[in-house]
Amino acid sequence: WLAGVLGFIVLPSALGISLGISEAYMWVLVKTLEWATIRLQKGVKKPQPQMPQTPTANGIIERDETPMEKEIARLHRADFEFSHIFYFCRKGFEAIVEDEVTQRFSSEELLSWNLLTRTNVNFHYISLRLTVVWVIGVIVRYCFLLPLRFTLAAIGITSMIVGTTVVGQLPNGSVKNYLSEVVHLTCSRILVRALSGTIHYHNKENRPQKGGICVANHTSPIDAIILTNDGCYAMVGQVHGGLMGVIQRATVKACPHVWFERSEIKDRHLVTKRLREHVADKSKLPILIFPEGTCINNTSVMMFKKGSFEIGGTIYPVAIKYDPQFGDAFWNSSKYNIVSYLLRIMTSWAIVCNVWYLPPMVRKEDEDAVQFANRVRSAIARQGGLTELPWDGGLKRAKVKDTFKEEQQKNYSKMLVRNGSIG
Amino acid sequence: SLSREDFQRIPELAINPLGDRIINAFFPEGEDQVNFRGFMRTLAHFRPIEDNEKSKDQNGPEPLNSRSNKLHFAFRLYDLDKDDKISRDELLQVLRMMVGVNISDEQLGSIADRTIQEADQDGDSAISFAEFVKVLEKVDVEQKMSIRFLH
Repeated sequence: WLAGVLGFIVLPSALGISLGISEAYMWVLVKTLEWATIRLQKGVKKPQPQMPQTPTANGIIERDETPMEKEIARLHRADFEFSHIFYFCRKGFEAIVEDEVTQRFSSEELLSWNLLTRTNVNFHYISLRLTVVWVIGVIVRYCFLLPLRFTLAAIGITSMIVGTTVVGQLPNGSVKNYLSEVVHLTCSRILVRALSGTIHYHNKENRPQKGGICVANHTSPIDAIILTNDGCYAMVGQVHGGLMGVIQRATVKACPHVWFERSEIKDRHLVTKRLREHVADKSKLPILIFPEGTCINNTSVMMFKKGSFEIGGTIYPVAIKYDPQFGDAFWNSSKYNIVSYLLRIMTSWAIVCNVWYLPPMVRKEDEDAVQFANRVRSAIARQGGLTELPWDGGLKRAKVKDTFKEEQQKNYSKMLVRNGSIG
Repeated sequence: SLSREDFQRIPELAINPLGDRIINAFFPEGEDQVNFRGFMRTLAHFRPIEDNEKSKDQNGPEPLNSRSNKLHFAFRLYDLDKDDKISRDELLQVLRMMVGVNISDEQLGSIADRTIQEADQDGDSAISFAEFVKVLEKVDVEQKMSIRFLH
């Protein structure tokens, strides 16, 4: 058993070649899912509506996007009327029914079922054949794939910890760097196999160079593994406890990663200092940063924190988009802890994603950090087919600032004063 | 069931100047929790008025999304103490919510006075529901106070 695993998976990944097994598996999977979708549609007797034009359609309610000015000034008289309240009222209710922000913090809903119970909220009994396929799926996933992946993950993680500790004992120098790269790459590849990951890299010529900063949209901790599968980075991230903490402490010995506490102000300055040093030194590995600051569910890109964009230096944007049909990679950290999250990932069909390397960007003379961050964000969103939202990912846990409300109040007052006869 | 904090967590609602009044509309008198039924009752005011429904049920109770009930809902947003009248003070408070700190007390006061003067018909310096309806008779309430679901 172990010999088979070693032979078929570990060795090829150490050498970086593929055996084509995963491609065959994918093909079978796609066919099965298509068949299941057709069965589902037949089972539901009434005619299915046309699939919406884009997966990220406008949502469930019709929105009237006329700005405040037009809507209120359109009324008969230009100064205050009782009917002005309708505008705010309707906006409020639309937000209650469906708002743009809170839906990004939970998993995306799929258009068609992918035979995992967790993605089908309204499960109806459709047909015997479908249930049989589903049961087979469960057996395959839990009894066959899970142990296999678990073994691989265990091998990967242990070798990463052992490898980096060993390499960490060596004195600093080019040998150490080279070995550290080898260890990181191999372990990444093993771990990606452990998740049955199929990753398509696009535009490899734009891969981040040494001395640069790599920014990407954030969906889960797996993002880091996906990127290190194709290159070596110095990682920046939050200190976690448990198994992650062990990994973090081990890897930092071999390679200069930066792990810090989210709430430590002192540490934030330390991070900025380190970033500056890093960018100045062209021989250092590129730094990997996720400027959103938290995991978003891969349908949109939220506000980028401007810290990494103030440093200067070259920014290499990367867009990561997961295919939700095969497995949901989003980590809802308020709902699941890391272990149950990994369990869910390992019992999904696979992790399929596309990684686009975008051409490097530099801050222009007349741009400030915030505008630069937005420019990078637009590029990433456009490439990955994600929507852009001006909201802060921190809203997952914190309340929104009052300044936004004050801005709305200011706009309304301006209208009243401008149009009406005051005093 | 939902509490007021749950509503506050929706950013787009929290920045709405009238957010607190809207949230208040969900909670019955003196209570801090609303269950699903209560939630739907309040939301039902925003159902679009459909033509074929108008002629259906003349004898039963008026549906929640009728024009009159929509107007009543808006009236209650202004009527802070629920005495079925919008007094000058109440109007001032709501106006203050909508404009923040950007307009002085005197200016706001004169806006309020003018609005009440124009709508007030029985001379009691307060707006009753009937006067409220009269002022808004030309406004397309149905279009402004409805949310349509896409299929």
